[in-house]
Amino acid sequence: MMHIDVSSVLRQTLSCELYSNLVTRPTGAAVRTQIEALLADSHERSLTVIDFSHVGMIDFSCADEVIAKLLLRYVAEERVEREAYFLFRGVTDDHWDAIETVLERHGLALVMETDDGARVVGIVNDGERVAWEKVYELGRTQPADLADALGSGPDHAARMLDGLHRRRLLMRLDGCYIAVGGLGEPHG
Amino acid sequence: MTSVITVPPSLDDHTFEQVVEQLAAVPRDGKLLVDARHTTWASPYGLTALLTLGQTLDERASFAVPETEKTASYWARTGFFKYADELYDLRGSVPKGRGGESSVLLEITPVIKSEDVHDVVGRIQQKAQQILSSELSIDAKATVGFAMTLSEICQNIVEHAGRGGWVAVQTYTWRRRLANRRVVVIAVCDAGQGFRQSLESAPSFVRNDRWDDAAALEAAVIRGVSRFRDPGRGQGIAGVRRYLSRWDGKLSVRSGTAKIAILPNWDDDVPLAEKLAPFPGAQIQVTIPERVSGGPR
Repeated sequence: MMHIDVSSVLRQTLSCELYSNLVTRPTGAAVRTQIEALLADSHERSLTVIDFSHVGMIDFSCADEVIAKLLLRYVAEERVEREAYFLFRGVTDDHWDAIETVLERHGLALVMETDDGARVVGIVNDGERVAWEKVYELGRTQPADLADALGSGPDHAARMLDGLHRRRLLMRLDGCYIAVGGLGEPHG
Repeated sequence: MTSVITVPPSLDDHTFEQVVEQLAAVPRDGKLLVDARHTTWASPYGLTALLTLGQTLDERASFAVPETEKTASYWARTGFFKYADELYDLRGSVPKGRGGESSVLLEITPVIKSEDVHDVVGRIQQKAQQILSSELSIDAKATVGFAMTLSEICQNIVEHAGRGGWVAVQTYTWRRRLANRRVVVIAVCDAGQGFRQSLESAPSFVRNDRWDDAAALEAAVIRGVSRFRDPGRGQGIAGVRRYLSRWDGKLSVRSGTAKIAILPNWDDDVPLAEKLAPFPGAQIQVTIPERVSGGPR
């Protein structure tokens, strides 16, 4: 698992130790470019923690450049050559307004680490949210497991898992699905 | 012959229109004196707009500074004369002192490039938290939204104006409209290309019969239209509007010959003013009043 401290990337990008705020679109674009350069060295399947713990604040323009465009590139469309998954850490109320706004604008969702685990945030419908939470509880999940848990048909469960995988909210490994942030262990 | 533009005794976003109307009537190639001798008060908008006025002139004008020592001293503390000296030939007694003014949250600061926005946001944060919670009874959590608002408005200059502008932030007491409530005011003024010209530069731009400065402001401020094709653009002003609606704030944007305002209940300004005297660039003002009953709406 790769860990990217956004604050460190910001300071490297601006060549300045004084700034801890993610503001302005050019700054966001530069930070995202740096993150993408780090991701370029990763394997064909990678899970990266994007850590906001030391970021003071983020504005809308920067959130659009750093988060929305990163997700749009690696998550929103299926990329056969590389599967990149992201877990967002250290996101506080100070960051949330801007992040929520850009997720809504682009119809995106992401997995955010919380004090008691992980949760999916952004644009997901009720069915997707329930399915993701079931997979998070179950750990390694096959379509039949989810169908049992939801009381639904196996085809519906398979479609749900595939849809969440395409959005890179679930990882697929050896025919099983694992929630991003769940590490395959049951969280029931 | 020297033309004279008289600065009103009290200079804010409304009375600055008198300055613009006078400017429209003077010949562009003649000598000009901007006379602020009898001005006794100016809002951050008034001061930053006077600087943009200096930017727009073809020939360097003279500027007569306020005669009242208290006013001139205050303008000096806001940093006005430092930048005015680069744009005008200053006449009269210019105080030397700067600093020490507690109501000035952010003295007049030039915004030209992205790094300037970082600097502005970094400088405002700590003081804003203290002022917002102690003077305006606004939750400390609102400080982040305040800094975001400031950042997005300043970025309007960097992204769209095509030339530098100024930002200033100040708190003061509004006696007339808000019955002695405190307000915090952000003013960001530039003399760049303005909203209409910016939107006209979009590759997909199609002119229609009612396209003018007012239509451009409606498109950008109300509908979040941007000259960029990128679907993520236009979120900044939308975010600012959302923040201001939460804290009962006001946003007004003047550009070209029009001014649009997002109005809270306490303000009786017009939502859209058209056919104003022309003035280049964009002049933006955000006003957030003291809370009288606690949290956000």
